[in-house]
Amino acid sequence: MQWAETVLANLKEHNVRLMTYVPDNMLIPLIDGAQADMHFTAFTATREEEAIGIACGADMAGMRAVVLMQSSGFGNTINALASLAVPYQLPLLMVISERGVIGEYNSVQMPITRAIRPALDALGIPHVTLAREDELHFLSHRMIRQCFQTRTPTALILSPLLTGGKTDV
Amino acid sequence: MVLSDTAAATAKSATPMQRLTLTRSLVALLTHEEAVVAGIGNTNFDLFAVGHRPQNFYMLGSMGLAAPIALGGAVAQPERQFFALEGDGSLLMNLGCLATIASVAPRNLTVVVWDNGLYQITGKQRAATGGVTDIVGVAKAAGITKSVWATDEADFTRLVMHALTDDGPHLIAAHVDAAPGAARPERDPVLLRDRYMRGIGAVTSRE
Repeated sequence: MQWAETVLANLKEHNVRLMTYVPDNMLIPLIDGAQADMHFTAFTATREEEAIGIACGADMAGMRAVVLMQSSGFGNTINALASLAVPYQLPLLMVISERGVIGEYNSVQMPITRAIRPALDALGIPHVTLAREDELHFLSHRMIRQCFQTRTPTALILSPLLTGGKTDV
Repeated sequence: MVLSDTAAATAKSATPMQRLTLTRSLVALLTHEEAVVAGIGNTNFDLFAVGHRPQNFYMLGSMGLAAPIALGGAVAQPERQFFALEGDGSLLMNLGCLATIASVAPRNLTVVVWDNGLYQITGKQRAATGGVTDIVGVAKAAGITKSVWATDEADFTRLVMHALTDDGPHLIAAHVDAAPGAARPERDPVLLRDRYMRGIGAVTSRE
């Protein structure tokens, strides 16, 4: 998957070495790519707020980290974002794969996805939606750099336009 | 010191120990700039009260995330020992982290659980650990095989000394009192974070 290779290359360029995640189908190429690359330490967390704790702990100890989650899992993150990453000024980088839009078949995926961007805005967390291959490198490169240079929690949202999304079988 | 599972206590002590005293005992054993991540409320109040160290991280919120924060640190700095101090109520909120710690299996991580069976800071409501739930049993079943109850203050000191030299992960639980935290750290998250990062040699990110 070209998009995943681009994102992984930008993570490596910015010396992100820890990947902790709650898995999702759309995230497979990122997870598999990191697992196959000695540059990364990659492991699952049982819950998204736990993953944020791990990533924040690693950052404070000098290891840059990224947290991967599905849009539904974003709903588990709010207190960790609001009471840890944001007020302690931690460069928490999140990659959120987007369900609940563009051909969703499961209605319960839809409400949280509508809430993600307003919630990020309310918390003051910058975000971009990665939807096009031609913008992907520029957006992901600049946003990852901004995250660490400004110590600002940051979200990269992966649109089904980029990943292909998940459809009913 | 030889410490086997068979020698370790299998149940919470009948008599509670003083959390402040145990915190002081723990800190007195930290002679190699070990990192200590202290969970919300009385846990970090007591850590601050026994004397600030640059390697201490105090949490102002984020109930249940002391152990994950310490895990991230332990992965990032494998040559430094990390301690997470967490109350039983906080750990109950995030039991999954015990499975993650067991799976990642950092040699340099010890989780210390202050178990008074209460949500002390919100009015001493009883927690599951004040009834049927055995936090050491939970940790062992999650895969942290080196999980033990401290039987008394001297035993707690022995267990911490053992954890400092034996490959982890370790979990040490102690039945503690519900005395109010003895002091309060500053409530300035950026100050607390920056001081901790400098204390453990992680310079503030700059490209």
